[in-house]
Amino acid sequence: MLHRSKGKALREALIEWLIRICGISAVIFVFAIFFFVFWEGKGLIFNNKVNINTASIEAITKVEGIDESLASKIVSTRSEIKLEKRLTTEWLLKEELLDEDTFVLIEPFIKAKEFSFWKFLTTQEWYPASESNPRYGVFALIAGTFSVTLLSMLISVPFGLGSALFISEFCSPKLKETLKIIIELLAAIPSVVWGFIGLTIMNQLIMSIFGAQIGINVLNGAIILALMSVPIIVSIGEDALQAVPDSYREAAIGLGVTRWQMVYKVLIPAAKNGLLAAVLLGIGRAIGETMAVLMATGHAVNNPFDGDFPFLHALESVKTLTATIAAELGETARGSDHYQVLFIVGILLFSITFLVNLTADLVVKGIKNK
Amino acid sequence: MSENEINSKRFTKTSLVLKKEFNEKLAKGIFFSMTLAMIVPLLLIVSFLIYKAWPSLSFSFIFDMPKNGMKEGGIWPAFLGTLYLVIISLIIAAPVGVMAAIYLNEYAKDNWLTRTINLAVINLAGVPSIVHALFGLGAFVLFAGMGTSVIAASLTLAVMTLPVIIASTKEALSAVPMTFRQASWNMGVSRWQTIQRIVLPNSISGILTGIILQVSRAAGETAPIMFTGAVVFVPIAGDEVLAYGLMDKCMALAMHLYTISTQIPNVPESLQFAIAVALLGVVLLVNALSIGLRVYLRTHRKW
Repeated sequence: MLHRSKGKALREALIEWLIRICGISAVIFVFAIFFFVFWEGKGLIFNNKVNINTASIEAITKVEGIDESLASKIVSTRSEIKLEKRLTTEWLLKEELLDEDTFVLIEPFIKAKEFSFWKFLTTQEWYPASESNPRYGVFALIAGTFSVTLLSMLISVPFGLGSALFISEFCSPKLKETLKIIIELLAAIPSVVWGFIGLTIMNQLIMSIFGAQIGINVLNGAIILALMSVPIIVSIGEDALQAVPDSYREAAIGLGVTRWQMVYKVLIPAAKNGLLAAVLLGIGRAIGETMAVLMATGHAVNNPFDGDFPFLHALESVKTLTATIAAELGETARGSDHYQVLFIVGILLFSITFLVNLTADLVVKGIKNK
Repeated sequence: MSENEINSKRFTKTSLVLKKEFNEKLAKGIFFSMTLAMIVPLLLIVSFLIYKAWPSLSFSFIFDMPKNGMKEGGIWPAFLGTLYLVIISLIIAAPVGVMAAIYLNEYAKDNWLTRTINLAVINLAGVPSIVHALFGLGAFVLFAGMGTSVIAASLTLAVMTLPVIIASTKEALSAVPMTFRQASWNMGVSRWQTIQRIVLPNSISGILTGIILQVSRAAGETAPIMFTGAVVFVPIAGDEVLAYGLMDKCMALAMHLYTISTQIPNVPESLQFAIAVALLGVVLLVNALSIGLRVYLRTHRKW
């Protein structure tokens, strides 16, 4: 009888363990991404330290029992340590600029400056770099992301699904191969090149066609994003159509219907979950896209929606969640409020795309279980 | 009605048939033009890019150093930096990704853990690139103390491109017929030996296409390397190939395009377009290689 050496068996066991560890690596990385992004941003949410800025100092001077010399002392200390940007009550207590009694007196004024997640989500004022009164309201940024995504989906969903139908049902096998290769190449174009195309070519086109003063705006970003998300919609939509059993097609054609009737009455209802998943993944890609929208949407914190017709002002510049992080992170000091708020924006983005992807996955599972 | 009349009517199209044939043609036409509307702009854009870049494009453009505050000259340090990032991220991501795919396809049972892993792979692929940048900054640059360096940026790219490798390797592995494995097991061969001797050799080219795809993805990414390793300018000696160390900051082609087109004023237009064409050329060439390999495989499949 042949015996395998002990060393070989041990090596094999080791390799199998390594494979198991690598197997769960994706889970580890998803958790690690959430953990580290949250870790860098958590200070703003959980830290009891609060900023004392010019506005709150002004309020403090009006409190009874505080003399002006203390206020001016705080102001002068503040300008001395300006580089740190974070003059906190804890620091003041430690340096004996404030005693406990005065601290109790001024507490209500500085507490008001605490970070509120609700305010963060619902206010429009994004002035993170303001010295005297920084405000972190991401509503306009969410509106920016939403407007670009919405408009790009209005373009890419019909075109993407239409192309998926054409490639899957209406063309010859040879043309099908060629088109699939072209779509794969379209998907491979780096986002920074798309951004560059938006910045140079689309910019000129939009200015000359629509007479807009600035060509880098919602419309520009949406067209670029549409071209970027169409390949995803086409390839996943095509997969969904291919997953419909051929017996469905044969049964329909046996009844004497045309291809279009078959597509319309049989294939679309049968593949609707897969097509929906394709759209959702396209949306996920559009929301998460960074470089292209950074370069093509024009960098202005602005809510393009309002009550006037046509509700979405596509020729206005906006700033999206992703572009804000990319543009501003380089200018912030580690640990500053601005730095931390950008990580919280990152968590927000992570959560949004996670939900979109999860929904897409559940929708696809829905077909498999049927 | 005479018999002749009936016979001639039998084969004329009724208005219903005419209508459905018209609808068929209309639908086909609409879908065809939608497909064209997607492809024609692509071709126009690419040819316009090349047309604009033509004056600056030359062989030496790739191997020259940038001159005069990056307003003239070539792209060698950026090109080399991208090469570094791609190769190092590949060295990290390829083994992990391939082994993860082996686990999912060969070992995993259909239970909650496998479902969680599959969900995690899908979500990892969907995480926005800028969030990967934040992760790389938090985990590798700051927590692990690597600083902004080639290795931190490569690790970030590796995590980001992992799902690409996992998905394509899994596909390649599952294309190997089950009977191959069963035959091997019945000879008393262990599980790992079967994978090593039967499954991997039969799927290696499929795995390669996925790895090449990872290369193209990593070469084009900007956001994940912006804060983790790539910087605007690094002066390196022109004739050195090992110019960057693992802990050095580096330049990268994608980052270079972003900097040149948005941060530096008065850069000649043709230079900007030439960098875009160089980046596009690298990525599309690598992709075409992957597609070519796949088409070759499909026509030369052994089973």
